[in-house]
Amino acid sequence: MKKNMKEIIVCCSTGCNSLGGQEIHDELVKCIKEYNLDKTVKVKPTGCHGFCQTGPRLLINPEGVLYVYLKKTDVKKIIEQHLIGGKIVEELTYKDPVTKKIVQKRDDINFYKHQVSITTNHCGKINPEDIEDYLAVGGYESLKKVLKMKPEQVIKEIKTSRLRGKGGAGFPTGLKWSFLAQETNTPKYLICNGDEGDPGAFMDRTIMESDPQSVIEGMIIGAYATGATSGFVYVRAEKPLAASRIAKAIEQARKYGYLSDNILDSGLKFDIQVRKGAGAFVCGEETALMSSILGHRGSPRPRPPYPANSGLWGKPTNINNVKTWATIPKIIAMGAENYSKIGTKDSSGTAILCLSGNINNAGLIEIPMGTTIRRVVYDIGGGCPNGKKFKAIQIGGPSGGCIPEQYLDVKMIDTQIDFKSITTLGAIMGSGGLIVLDESTCLVDMARYFIKFTQNESCGKCVPCRIGTRKMLHILDKIVMGQGSYEDLDELESLAYTIKNASLCGLGQTSPNPVISTLKYFRDEYEAHIKGICPALVCKNLITYHISPEKCIGCGLCAKSCSVNAIKGELKKTFQIDTNLCIKCGLCFSSCNKNAIYKKTGGK
Amino acid sequence: MNEMNDQEKPHMSDIDKTKIEKIIRDYMENDGNALTILQSVQETFGYLSFEVVEHLSEEIGIPLGKMYGIATFYAQFKFHQRGKYIIQICDGTACHVKGSMLLEEFITNELGIRPAETTTDKLFSLEKVSCFGCCAIAPVVFINKDVYGNLTPAKLRRILNKYRKMSIPMKKNRKVKKSKKVKKSKKVKKVKKVK
Ligand SMILES: Cc1cc2nc3c(=O)[nH]c(=O)nc-3n(C[C@H](O)[C@H](O)[C@H](O)COP(=O)(O)O)c2cc1C
Ligand code: SF4
Ligand code: SF4
Ligand code: FES
Ligand code: FES
Repeated sequence: MKKNMKEIIVCCSTGCNSLGGQEIHDELVKCIKEYNLDKTVKVKPTGCHGFCQTGPRLLINPEGVLYVYLKKTDVKKIIEQHLIGGKIVEELTYKDPVTKKIVQKRDDINFYKHQVSITTNHCGKINPEDIEDYLAVGGYESLKKVLKMKPEQVIKEIKTSRLRGKGGAGFPTGLKWSFLAQETNTPKYLICNGDEGDPGAFMDRTIMESDPQSVIEGMIIGAYATGATSGFVYVRAEKPLAASRIAKAIEQARKYGYLSDNILDSGLKFDIQVRKGAGAFVCGEETALMSSILGHRGSPRPRPPYPANSGLWGKPTNINNVKTWATIPKIIAMGAENYSKIGTKDSSGTAILCLSGNINNAGLIEIPMGTTIRRVVYDIGGGCPNGKKFKAIQIGGPSGGCIPEQYLDVKMIDTQIDFKSITTLGAIMGSGGLIVLDESTCLVDMARYFIKFTQNESCGKCVPCRIGTRKMLHILDKIVMGQGSYEDLDELESLAYTIKNASLCGLGQTSPNPVISTLKYFRDEYEAHIKGICPALVCKNLITYHISPEKCIGCGLCAKSCSVNAIKGELKKTFQIDTNLCIKCGLCFSSCNKNAIYKKTGGK
Repeated sequence: MNEMNDQEKPHMSDIDKTKIEKIIRDYMENDGNALTILQSVQETFGYLSFEVVEHLSEEIGIPLGKMYGIATFYAQFKFHQRGKYIIQICDGTACHVKGSMLLEEFITNELGIRPAETTTDKLFSLEKVSCFGCCAIAPVVFINKDVYGNLTPAKLRRILNKYRKMSIPMKKNRKVKKSKKVKKSKKVKKVKKVK
């Protein structure tokens, strides 16, 4: 950035775009021209800034002032007051939901303070559709460095960094690469796994949208180290922006000669294609994914043979997660030793998590491995909103589990330990979705939600997974309806372990985790349901809606909203709900401006 | 099969031939497979129409059975023409925690359609999708390209009514909708009478 120049960074990634980020950007560009500021102000569209909760948002540099929750009409105000008048528009800056204090500068916000950015260090800083921007922040320097090394040295470097795959299983990446490098059968393939089927996570998508060149550079480095000659990026069709940005980035990389038959005159030959997935969770599993790339049904197959021996078209193949690939150039740039110093003894580097649920500051975060759950939930996330009580976190999506409050000080790591064993060592994070649950979340309902998901997504190939999850779902259905028994809990548990042990692929093997962990830590909630009580007031069959006479002002709004006429009363007097007619749709609950409607559980 | 084909022929003539040719060309150029072809068909026509898929299967030589075997495996593929407004409810974890179930039930009650169904007047389709990537404003609903966040059933009702109103002048004789409307306005009146 030149002296006296200002740079305005606008997030144009999925989260912000859904709230009008792109429009803010376009309006800004238009207005800057109108005010004749285009000589001194540069507007840059970027990927996700991580703090999606506050979108649409823009950052003015060099002063680092952040404006949040923007509307199109705010743009002119910012231009006139801030850019021309030199005065910060206080009412559009960020207000900390916990301290209630205004924080004008991005870097002073608690959400960012406790993070480190390595894998995501370019996200929200560069224009993802412009390779020049990537080059300006040192892009492809790592590749140049690598091309001066021997392939074995590169693998050794990755081993030294102790990088583990960030796709969920945490397999050491350097070791995996060495398997492929040993293979003599050619051609060899690389795959970038961008399926990201966890229904509550969007880290991979965000990286592909915000910093696609890092993924490509990582793959080229991988190709050099392992001898692969072509690569595939597998991304879901439901993530169109990620797919189009990565495709665009590949094109630009080809144009600049980073993907070619003779990359930077080193003799290295490598090219990448994008393959669109079609929405099946099991396709995130490596063997299913390869079957899908070949255009078949995405059914997993038993391993061995492992992809390194027999992958795409029966040829040696290496598959890594988006985050893993994107981390490679950063490790080379900072040095493997330095990377391995971050984190813990067993897990090095950083974790990229998607923080959401009942939390004040939701978004995408990057933290050193071994950070405690408490730090993530309270220091970064700002705790649960509306003064509600924290109950648990759910990590790792449908393959993960719920971790209760007593483990808040446990460290988060990525080594291969079981979800059951939260130890002093730590709790495994899985793919990286992290959902904060407060007292208004029912954990039985949560477990049922995940089992329903995996039941739906089971590819049907093996019986324990296909039939077992259906049986579990059936029992959970009974329990949430208040018709469960104590024997059901035992059966649920034994089914869970059968499925875990007898399923063919990771989908089935990990599918009981949500049930196992909630049964272990929240058995009382299951037991309450058996007694007809849903403590969180979620399960429809166990709750009733009522109107509080103290709060009701008799406006009749609720009666108007009820589609079955279950609410009767006279204006200006207390209204009443006929619980026999009520279908528990919750419409009145969300219509009442006075919060006079409440839910009750237990007892008719 | 041949007879079927004859029946389908008049439909084929309705369909833009150049679009089909483009799909075939793409297939030839980029070593495509059954999955990529089905994706192009859906991208081009909005759903997998039987005529087009069958035509392509013959032209390219991928067995129709295989194509359908694949199509039924993946959630992305739709077999029916969808409504004018496609309501996509996020069923991701964050949205579930924040009450997306109530939104789904509300739509089923209000419009009489369950996920993957379309109203008889072809105005609304309901679909469930996992995480849109805007969990920060959960629960989220997309209607075509528009996004609505932090929803409650009451808010969603207001939004649906907006879409209904938008389409009324265009199609006057939608009986089903009409009768529903009448019922509703009666109810509203009832409350007013109390006043
Ligand atoms: C059911 C199932 C779903 C999976 N989904 C994903 C996914 O969405 N993304 C991913 O990177 N890995 C996923 N994996 C893990 C992959 O099989 C594979 O281990 C991973 O892509 C390897 O990359 P890494 O070594 O970089 O972690 C999944 C595994 C299973 C069993
Ligand atoms: S909407 Fe609320 S305040 Fe109004 S009548 Fe109903 S319960 Fe009472
Ligand atoms: S929950 Fe629904 S059915 Fe029950 S009283 Fe309220 S609006 Fe009527
Ligand atoms: S999408 Fe804009 S900050 Fe994440
Ligand atoms: S869970 Fe609904 S947008 Fe992510």
